Amino acid sequence: MSESAEKQSSDPAPAAAKPKLALYWAASCGGCEIAVLDIEEKILDVAANFDIVFWPVAMDFKTKDVEAMEDGEITLCLFNGAIRNDDNEYMAKLLRRKAKVLVAFGSCACEGCIPALSNATSKKETFDWVYHKSPSTDNAEGVEPQIKTKVNGFDLELPKFWETVRSLDQIVDVDYYVPGCPPQAHQIWAVLETVIDILKNGKPLPPKGTVLGAGQKTVCDECPRTREEKKIKKFFRPHEIIPDPDKCLLDQGILCMGPATRDGCDARCPSVCMPCRGCYGLPPNSRDQGAKMISALASVIDSEDPEEVDKILDGIVDPIGSFYRFSLAKATLGRKLTQRPETPQAQPQLEEVAK
Amino acid sequence: MTTVTTSAPKTETSAGAASDKDTAWKPKIVAFLCNWCSYTGADLAGVSRLKWSPYVRVIRVMCSGRMDPTFVLEAFRKGADGVIVSGCHPGDCHYVEGNYKAMRRVHLIRRLLIDYGVDPRRLKLTWVSASEGDIWAEVTNEMAETIKSLGPLRLEK
Repeated sequence: MSESAEKQSSDPAPAAAKPKLALYWAASCGGCEIAVLDIEEKILDVAANFDIVFWPVAMDFKTKDVEAMEDGEITLCLFNGAIRNDDNEYMAKLLRRKAKVLVAFGSCACEGCIPALSNATSKKETFDWVYHKSPSTDNAEGVEPQIKTKVNGFDLELPKFWETVRSLDQIVDVDYYVPGCPPQAHQIWAVLETVIDILKNGKPLPPKGTVLGAGQKTVCDECPRTREEKKIKKFFRPHEIIPDPDKCLLDQGILCMGPATRDGCDARCPSVCMPCRGCYGLPPNSRDQGAKMISALASVIDSEDPEEVDKILDGIVDPIGSFYRFSLAKATLGRKLTQRPETPQAQPQLEEVAK
Repeated sequence: MTTVTTSAPKTETSAGAASDKDTAWKPKIVAFLCNWCSYTGADLAGVSRLKWSPYVRVIRVMCSGRMDPTFVLEAFRKGADGVIVSGCHPGDCHYVEGNYKAMRRVHLIRRLLIDYGVDPRRLKLTWVSASEGDIWAEVTNEMAETIKSLGPLRLEK
């Protein structure tokens, strides 16, 4: 009896040797974590195939548990979130050491996403707004977070908040990318299925740096709307127009990032009359999402008169935030000048152009 | 070695006056010129021995409409303090409407530069025809002055 019991207890040994999976969030909203659960009952397949060793949002593991692991002990780490403070950086470096395969999961880790929009301002401006000026702030003493404070005789330490938000691959070596804000559930499952297939059947790994769970074209290629020759006379913000349900949104003057965004999402937003915002990041064979969009837009604005062009362009209220909503950490020009700001002119020198 | 020794006294003679000048910051301006008008115009400026700014580095593209916004941003990123885009005069484009596309791109990129806190005068758009060597000289000299007054562009990466 005791022998068989022993045998039984040793039986789960192969189960314990399951590949280890870690999920972590740095500077992110948590949407990517929810997206993992959006694969619904297939999460049971994940649990069956992987031993989940770290997932702060759902399971009670601590950082010291990861620290105690051997280097490379974790088979796969899905890392979501941008890097914007010392703690994010520490965890990124720790998980890079412990994981064989590190995946930048979701737009924040891939390209900075919404957190990186603060690269269009400065740390000081961010703090001013959050801790002093925003209407909902009640901070009469003007308290700001400090790296070191004494609270009731104890030293309290907070991670240092960075001036510039970084993508994961600007901090550590990244093996694969899964774009999207958040990555679509069917794509997440496709990625996990591929990984399981690789682990079980010994299929070769895709080349390093591959973008997984996304297409090789642009959102326009999978958008169901009908496109005609584009001629834009006026830009509309989504609340200013009731769009035609079948016509291309950009044709109708709605700033849709489809032409400068990788496909893979099934064009979900344009399908329901919302313009693409660009969350799947820059398309293959391009280096800068914003530059691609500028190029595309400039080609379809229907005017040859510089002044009229400027009037039309006034309809784009937030160029940097529209063109780089999800990719500012990776933008060619980097962050906004803060050390030595130049005095920007209210209007570009049009007379000079007209000459 | 001999060239070094012979050239050494030469630099020394001017060293007293020029040492400041040599170490002083000099603007870097990248110019994208269309093959059919502006490049030929710049060539004419050279052939005519006109004096034009030595700070301008010329890159020939087939059409100003070929100038991808990525080129401009990449130039700034890699150390350019200013960028000139020059094409055929409106209506004269060899490819019918490439220069209009360039114009619209420049207008839009300027708006992006403003958001970045970069002075939009760092990006200049001009029309220079094949016969306007003198205008090319003027454009480059003016641009060099503008950039000198703005100082170096120190992007934060």
